[in-house]
Amino acid sequence: MAWMAWTWPTAAFFMVIAAILAVMSYLAIRYPETPRRGILGIETTRGDRLFISLLVAGFVNLAWLWAGLGTQWGALALSLVLAAGIFRTV
Amino acid sequence: MKTRNEKAWFLILPVLILVAFSAVVPLMTVVNYSVQDTFGNNVFFWAGLEWFDEMLRSERMWNALGRQLVFSGIILAIEVPLGIFVALHMPKKGVWASICLVLMALPLLIPWNVVGTIWQIFGRVDIGLLGHTLDSLGIDYNYTQGFYAAWITVIAMDVWHWTSLVALLAYAGLRSIPDAYYQAAKIDQATRLAVFRYIELPKMRGVLTIAILLRFMDSFKIYTEPFVLTGGGPGNATTFLSIDLVKMALGQFDLGPAAAFSLMYFLVIMVISYVFYIAMTNLDKEEGGA
Repeated sequence: MAWMAWTWPTAAFFMVIAAILAVMSYLAIRYPETPRRGILGIETTRGDRLFISLLVAGFVNLAWLWAGLGTQWGALALSLVLAAGIFRTV
Repeated sequence: MKTRNEKAWFLILPVLILVAFSAVVPLMTVVNYSVQDTFGNNVFFWAGLEWFDEMLRSERMWNALGRQLVFSGIILAIEVPLGIFVALHMPKKGVWASICLVLMALPLLIPWNVVGTIWQIFGRVDIGLLGHTLDSLGIDYNYTQGFYAAWITVIAMDVWHWTSLVALLAYAGLRSIPDAYYQAAKIDQATRLAVFRYIELPKMRGVLTIAILLRFMDSFKIYTEPFVLTGGGPGNATTFLSIDLVKMALGQFDLGPAAAFSLMYFLVIMVISYVFYIAMTNLDKEEGGA
């Protein structure tokens, strides 16, 4: 594993992603759902909404860094707010 | 009662392992590189978000992105109308239809680096047909030194390589229109333009969406053809995103900045791929429901 040059922050990042995927998989099996049509006009499931949220979080973090708005935790908070919005409306 | 058999899950295990080793593990390594600095020897130093910050402020990256978008825009603006034009004028049936289809498909079968080599030789002033002809006509054409010559050659190469794809997709869309539509148009004395605008174009919408997205995605990732043809030159004139990335990662061995750069590139490609996926699945549903 040494060749992969792991660091704790990146390991934590991937563990969080893996945990989210595991929880989502469990929810999908335990509580099946039907896709619905939201404000984007496309049919989405929880998985789609998670994917969109993660993509948005990536761009929000980059934009935050680019604009020099200070600590990156702010971008994370904003991403979480947006993710909540995406899960409710998309 | 229906018995459930979950053994089928084991059948996707090989795919999972393959994807893990070909995509997930390398991607994780890139993420790890993007937050560290190295001078080789597998020794790394924590750099945090420094590389992302540097890349977001790097004029070089924004310039490469600009060139990339201009390139994709130009080839779409040429290939899509040209592809539709070719499809409209291809024979509808008989031997010539088959011959045309095979001829159209040929460029698509040629590997990228071979296409680059073909055009590299074709455009040379000393031995290439195109370069020599232009030179003897008195036109100053040299794709290794002239900015416009390099761009025109790269665009001509892409148009030559990929217009067939748009044409074949548009042709397939046109073939699926029942004759009754054309007969109705004839009864209404519709002009040729009206037939195109109100029958053919709407019926081609699905395949054209796919063609545009495919061509945008492919041209956004283009590497081999311009690399073989111009190597990104003259200067940086045809240094597109992927060429710049390889220069940074392998040429200068700046692994950290290159990793940050490629992750941002990856995010953009992910968005385009997702839009592509949504468009395709929605079209399937529409056609399945109609």
